[in-house]
Amino acid sequence: MVDVTPGAIDGIPPAEVPEMDLYHPHSWWTKYVFSQDAKVIAIQYSGTAIAIGMVALVLSWLMRLQLGFPGTFDFITPEAYYQFITMHGMIMVVYLLTALFLGGFGNYLIPLMVGARDMVFPYANMLSYWIYLLAVLVLVASFFAPGGPTGAGWTLYPPQAIMSGTPGGQQSGIILMLVSLILFVIGFTMGGLNYVVTVLQARTRGMTLMRLPLTVWGIFTATVMALLAFPALLVACIMMLFDRLLGTSFFMPAVVELGQQLQTNGGSPILFQHLFWFFGHPEVYIVALPAFGIVSDLISTHARKNIFGYRMMVWAIVGIGALSFIVWAHHMYVSGMDPYFGFFFATTTLIIAVPTAIKVYNWVLTLWRGDIHLTIPMLFALAFIVTFVNGGLTGLFLGNVVVDVPLSDTMFVVAHFHMVMGVAPITVIFGAIYHWYPKITGRMLNQALGQFHFWMTFVGAYLIFFPMHYVGLMGVPRRYSELGDMALMTESAHQLNAFISIMAFIVGFAQLVFLFNLIWSIRHGKEAGPNPWRATTLEWQTEHTPPQHGNFGKQLPIVYRWAYDYSVPGAKEDFIAQNDPGEYGSPGGHA
Amino acid sequence: MAIALVLVLVVAGSILFHLYSPWWWTPIASNWGYIDQTLIVTFWITGAVFAAVVLFMAYCVFRFRHKDGQRADYEPENRKLETWLTVITAIGVAAMLVPGLFVWNQFVQVPDDATEVEVVGQQWQWSFRLPGADGKLGKSETRLVSADNPLGLIPDDPNGQDDVVVEAADLHLPVGKPVKMLLRSIDVLHDFYVPEFRAKMDMIPGSVTYFWFTPTRTGTFQVLCAELCGQGHAYMRGGVMVDTEEDYVAWLGEQQTFAQLTAPEQTSLAD
Amino acid sequence: MTVIVVVLMVVFGIAGWWLSQQRLMSKPWLEAGSVAAFPGTESGSMPMAKVGLGVFLAVVGCLFALFTSAYSMRMEYADWSAPPVPPLLWINTGILLLSSVALHCALIAARNGQTELVRLGLATAGLTAIAFLIGQIVVWRELEANGHFLTANPANAFFYLITGMHGLHILGGLAGLARTTSRAWGPDPAPAKLTLSVELCAMYWHFLLIVWLALFLVLAGWAERFIGVCRQLLT
Repeated sequence: MVDVTPGAIDGIPPAEVPEMDLYHPHSWWTKYVFSQDAKVIAIQYSGTAIAIGMVALVLSWLMRLQLGFPGTFDFITPEAYYQFITMHGMIMVVYLLTALFLGGFGNYLIPLMVGARDMVFPYANMLSYWIYLLAVLVLVASFFAPGGPTGAGWTLYPPQAIMSGTPGGQQSGIILMLVSLILFVIGFTMGGLNYVVTVLQARTRGMTLMRLPLTVWGIFTATVMALLAFPALLVACIMMLFDRLLGTSFFMPAVVELGQQLQTNGGSPILFQHLFWFFGHPEVYIVALPAFGIVSDLISTHARKNIFGYRMMVWAIVGIGALSFIVWAHHMYVSGMDPYFGFFFATTTLIIAVPTAIKVYNWVLTLWRGDIHLTIPMLFALAFIVTFVNGGLTGLFLGNVVVDVPLSDTMFVVAHFHMVMGVAPITVIFGAIYHWYPKITGRMLNQALGQFHFWMTFVGAYLIFFPMHYVGLMGVPRRYSELGDMALMTESAHQLNAFISIMAFIVGFAQLVFLFNLIWSIRHGKEAGPNPWRATTLEWQTEHTPPQHGNFGKQLPIVYRWAYDYSVPGAKEDFIAQNDPGEYGSPGGHA
Repeated sequence: MAIALVLVLVVAGSILFHLYSPWWWTPIASNWGYIDQTLIVTFWITGAVFAAVVLFMAYCVFRFRHKDGQRADYEPENRKLETWLTVITAIGVAAMLVPGLFVWNQFVQVPDDATEVEVVGQQWQWSFRLPGADGKLGKSETRLVSADNPLGLIPDDPNGQDDVVVEAADLHLPVGKPVKMLLRSIDVLHDFYVPEFRAKMDMIPGSVTYFWFTPTRTGTFQVLCAELCGQGHAYMRGGVMVDTEEDYVAWLGEQQTFAQLTAPEQTSLAD
Repeated sequence: MTVIVVVLMVVFGIAGWWLSQQRLMSKPWLEAGSVAAFPGTESGSMPMAKVGLGVFLAVVGCLFALFTSAYSMRMEYADWSAPPVPPLLWINTGILLLSSVALHCALIAARNGQTELVRLGLATAGLTAIAFLIGQIVVWRELEANGHFLTANPANAFFYLITGMHGLHILGGLAGLARTTSRAWGPDPAPAKLTLSVELCAMYWHFLLIVWLALFLVLAGWAERFIGVCRQLLT
């Protein structure tokens, strides 16, 4: 790995590159397929994540068909329904959101934003993608395996996950799922080391930590968290594989499987839950922190105003990241663990609300006395604030241990985490794609289609998930393949469910329009120029658009200021690029 | 511009929906009214924050939308404002957390006069066991579960002989008496969930979990499973009937004890 | 989960110490223009590979801390019965220690430019590491021959699982060591690159030795006894 990166032995990569050819791969294969260019890897990651995400979207439609119109669709058996929810959840959380934010945005933006030529270990970076792809393929393979994919729920709780009463439990479904997750963790670790070390060691001259855009802070902190949290998933998966394949009793107590005594003895299902949520809770923030960072930059750029309280924003990101490791058991208030843990975990959980609230205040205060351009990225950023505040506040219900007791395992939880971890980060992903697409392709995405996509997604998603809280409040449990004969389901509740399902179809359809826009605009979009949003950060100051391998021209940029010099009093333009020395020298010159 | 209007509509719509929604929790049938009250407090606080933030945003978007020649303010931070907001947030959070923890303290401390009732979950049905005349439940062991001994009671435990076993049928409880529900599973995770009682808890094979409550009104309540337990999860239903004292005693008299169930020949001989 | 929380505290402590050097309290908007005014807050000058390995070792540390956490939580259940400690484990520990020492000698030799000694150290380290792995397999076979099967008891399962994971990491290290060794025997070993390469191997080896010693303490039950004594002293 050492000798792949030119200048890796010196701490700072060479600012000047005499031979640009050094960075140009020479064949079609190494340029587009087995590329070591972080930008190509980013697009590969994003494409794969979006493709598998579409599968998860279709699965959600199938689930909503069953919930909205119970008894109408015979092909959705309970087995199939549980397979749909499991695969939908796992794909969305791990294979779409994590991969897209860190593998996609992380790879594209980190080197460009910190002023590096590439990731520091490009070979490992490439390997990371191919292992991720393998993990996705193994996951997809489970759809075609005998017995189908696992239907254990995305939490994969044993003993149920590996018993015959669960689809795929005694067939290959669960095995493929666990193998796929293990591969994902290995692949991610290779990429994650890159993102962290690139931020630590490959920042260009003048790029101190406090001059980093919040996007980099968010992705960096999330990556550190992921590196420390994913091992817990790895451990849980390996131990469950042992239980399933070799007959050990890590998680398996003595159980009676449909009338038959099993040989297992004494194991602890709660142990799995601790390991799973030790990964699972930081995972929420692994998705949220990059979204926090990106949305800060979107708001600042499109409101032409520096982000309000930059220092607080940085401290909050770091603080939330650290705190999120000691709240995991709030997912287990009613799991049967020692109930006295509830006091500790409810307190830590609600403490996290404070730095999170500060971030929200600072986003809206950035709008105050701004010069707000209602571009599509800005619209999505506003949608993020609405959905994130909504979902975050319902988190206060579920984090407060005693309020969680009636609500846990109901549709309220489903509505909560879809709002806060589904809709909110995905609106940021959309905003970010509309924002950076011109840099990635050189062309703007179509405006009209973008407007259509935004309104359908924002209004539609809110109409899906806001009423769903009230279905949960009624007491309707989640993960029910059949709601028909439940005593508390009123006729009007069935109608509400049908409405939610119809909205889900409409919102899903709008995503197809977005995909069309993505492809159509590569050729037919308006020419963007190097810096269409007149932004300050380094990725907009590249010599070429799209940037070539090596990112910057012969010389790396030198950073003279923080990332948020918008509307500086006295300045000619309403933005000053980070590598603009201003009165201290001529633009683009040496320090 | 449209977005400012939509943001206002989102707030107004959400509040109206909340106030006029026909979808609300089931009428409570236990002593956990405190939980409902904490929930209401949380609704008020969070609702106010949501409305304030989104309306402020709507105002900003309306007031500071781009016009030609407009320039944004340059204001990197405002320590005083940030400190105030932090303090107010901390107070709001504490206002939700502190009552919550007080109620939780009640939740985890079972009153001494609570009667023990055991619930046994298995794929996909509920069974119950009541301590017999001696007031004590006998020990059990998953290894002993068989067709003759569906709950896996230890046959030679004297405390278990008079235990009342209710297999795959409704449970009856007397109104107004605290009960401690001892939860046990013989296969996978389940969760004993009666929406009207508010309290619920997972059942874990290999250990016994618990929660307590006092039924406050008579009636028939549906038991649901609230922890995914395999393909029959949605069909795992049961019933709890909260009776008056007389009805309860009458029902109890009709039930069979463990000893009667395991030795049917002897009892028929004795008759 | 105490073990992993403690290990995380250490990791966070290091991260926090580093962050405290980075002027997080400064107001960046007041510092426009200056490039070289705050040299301590620029990109580090440590070799990338070394930082990368350091971060990776933190991840590996978490992995083994999590296994240990799981071990100590599972231990509380009634069916736990730990297998005896095979005496061969002591010999294996000695061999692994030797391996680490050999690599350290190679590192000192590399810094002094003594190529022959570097080669000797690398070869010794590689062979002893292989001997360690063979020794671990012999331990497994011995336990199995005495009836301590994988499925017989969770303690046995943990023993095989944890030693296996540690062995896999040694195996991965051997791949890196092989690369370094081939470089040392190469036609023109660039001294700076070779030294760094040997240094990385030595870092990894020392870390895995420490991990092994900690795991040995846990698997042999001494960690448990030690904590028990501490608790008694405290109460």
